[in-house]
Parts: sequence; structure tokens; C-alpha cells
Amino acid sequence: MSATPLWEVFVRARNGLAHKHVGSVHAADATMALQAARDVYTRRGEGLSLWVVPSNAIIASDPSDRDMLFEPTGSKIYRHPTFYEVPDEVGHM
Amino acid sequence: MYSQALNTKDTAAADSSPQADRFQARIDAEERIEPNDWMPDAYRRTLIRQISQHAHSEIVGMLPEGNWITRAPSLRRKAALLAKVQDEGGHGLYLYSAAETLGVSREELTDQLLSGRAKYSSIFNYPTLSWADIGTIGWLVDGAAIMNQIPLCRCSFGPYARAMIRVCREESFHQRQGYEIMLTLCRGTAEQKAMAQDALNRWWWPCLMMFGPPDTESAHSDTSMRWKIKRFTNDALRQKFVDATVPQGHFLGLTFPDPDLRFDEAAGHWRFGTIDWDEFRRVLAGNGPCNRERLSARQKAHADGAWVREAALAHAAKHRKAA
Repeated sequence: MSATPLWEVFVRARNGLAHKHVGSVHAADATMALQAARDVYTRRGEGLSLWVVPSNAIIASDPSDRDMLFEPTGSKIYRHPTFYEVPDEVGHM
Repeated sequence: MYSQALNTKDTAAADSSPQADRFQARIDAEERIEPNDWMPDAYRRTLIRQISQHAHSEIVGMLPEGNWITRAPSLRRKAALLAKVQDEGGHGLYLYSAAETLGVSREELTDQLLSGRAKYSSIFNYPTLSWADIGTIGWLVDGAAIMNQIPLCRCSFGPYARAMIRVCREESFHQRQGYEIMLTLCRGTAEQKAMAQDALNRWWWPCLMMFGPPDTESAHSDTSMRWKIKRFTNDALRQKFVDATVPQGHFLGLTFPDPDLRFDEAAGHWRFGTIDWDEFRRVLAGNGPCNRERLSARQKAHADGAWVREAALAHAAKHRKAA
């Protein structure tokens, strides 16, 4: 028998929050994936909305590229407000 | 519901490559390891084994309690038991999904369970003979599970730790509903109290075995501790459980089936008698009171559901073609 497809599950906990990854489910199609996600991940009012995404649709960065991708921002301290000097007399800005 | 330290011996990675050193340094710095990160093969194998055994235990653990759903003494008890058994199913699924991030397929894991190659917690191979067993399982079996699972929330492998946080949050109702059943029985008629005592007598020793073999016999423990998969030894968790549980039992007015049980004032611990490790090994080897029954119940459920899985896939395939 062929394997039942894998779906990643995301739950929006409260109005205004982003959907957050909670885990995965196996299901033959999208409707059943949504149903399974509801049963498995929201038994106690954990959310207002659910996303299911085919797992193979997620493209992830390679963790070993971490330095190449994210390190350069470490040196760009001029992107932060504290880089700029404002005299105390001016007050909070 | 429960992961048992089954500790099949595995030669530890005598790995001292730069990669392995970096990996250990991350663990020592309390960083979480994520599925795409480099990890030693033995770490991956250990986790696949532990997480899948834990998942199987949740799934098989539905059976002893499921046995009493139709005979729960009131609607309140029935609703609670249904919700609890449904939670165990959910916990099994969280855990399978955590195990799958390590590169093992769900089909493979299911097959390991159904073919009898995989292990699951020995506790679920004991029968639930009376309603008091449902109270005792909640109080003791889930109590032991919580003891074991709380440190797993800080396990070095991210997906396992996150699944455990969800499980622990849901688990506390399991223990409380069990203790409530025991309290009700112990405040009831003499027969009801005798039923509670009988259940405690039968479940106490198997519950102590849930923490796995004594530290002197589990060579595997050191590696798991170094990798921060495990934070406490089997014996340390067992002692913690006994210390927490004995006063709860005395409050119920029950006695423990252990003539050697006594409070050690100096150490502040309850000292208990010798555990029958032969029984533990017998049950793990497949010869407990219910091993065959549990496995055949799972095999039957899987076989009976085959047409549903096939029909769902066929339906999905037909609609993909039409689209």
C-alpha cells in the first residue's frame, strides 16, 4: 500500500496571533487532513483557525547555511535604533 | 501516557569527529537539536527507538482503559474516561509525528508494533479487572508517567521536547480523575474500599517497574544522560514517585502491598522492598498476562481499517485526476 501523505499543521491560538506550527498528521486528502488536525491538535480550545500544508510543499533553508544567511546581519548594527546618538536633553525618542 | 526506559543496549558512539564535538558542545550549552541538524547516528537511533516506544505505549495504553468505557458507573465518569482515552490516542500521534522527523516512516513504525518487534511499556500488559483499576491507572500509572515526562520536556531533541510539553499539559487531568475515583471508592461501602485496595495491591509493583531496570543494570543510561535525552536516572525517578505517592495512598486509607515499606527519617525518603525483576523481564519478553491480547487487538483494528485507508487514498487519487 502506498504511504498516506504527510501534512504539517499550524494553529492560530488567538485572534491577532500568527498561525504556529504544532506538528503533523497523515491523511489521504486536504479535507481529511483538516479533520485529523482538528481531532489531534485542538481538543481543548487551542485555536480559532487551522492550516494544513502538504509537508513536501515546505522548502527549508539548510541549517548549515546558517552563517552565510544570517551572520551578515550581526555586523549591521546601524539597523538598530541604539546605534544613533540622541542627547539626553532631547528626551525619549 | 508513558515512555519506559527499556534500555536495550546499544554501543555508544565513540565518535570524536569535529562534528560530534560540536554536537556535544551544543547539547552542553542546552541548545535544542532540530531534525535537519547534524547528529550522531546513535543519537538518531536512540531517539527513534525511545520516541516510537513511547508512541506505541500511548496507543496500546488505550486498550486497558477502553475496556471500561461502556461500563463506567456514571455519565460523568464515562465522559472523563472517553476524553482520557482520546488523549492517549492524540499523544501517540504527537509522538509518531516527532519520531518521523528523524527519518522513519509511520508505516514502518506501525509495522514494528504490529509484528511484535517493537517494545512498549510493560504496564499495559496487565488486565483491568474492576472499575477500581481505572482509578488506580489514572492515579498511579499516569502519576508515574508524569514523573517521567516532565524532565522530557527539556529533552535535547526539539520535536520530542515540544510534544512532551503538550502531553504534560493534558496529562494532569488524567491523574486527578483517577485519584477522584479512588477517593470516591474509599469513602464508599466496605466492598468499594476493598475493591480499591485490591486494585492497588495488583498495580503497585508493576507501576514501580515502569521506571525501567535499576541503574546498576542500565549501561545505556549514561549516554542518554550525556545527550540530555534523559535528565534523571531510573532509580531517582522511581524514588521520587514513591515519595509522592505513598502519602496519597495513606490519605485514602489504603495500605501498600510491601512489608518493607518504611519512612527513612534521616534521608526523608520512603524505602521500599525488592522489585521482582524476573516478572519485569517476563512481561517485556512477551509473556505478561495480556501481551498476546493487546497485540491481537491492535492487529485486528489495523486490518479492519485497511479498506478505509485504501478507499480514502483511492478517493483522493480520483479527485486529483479530475482536477
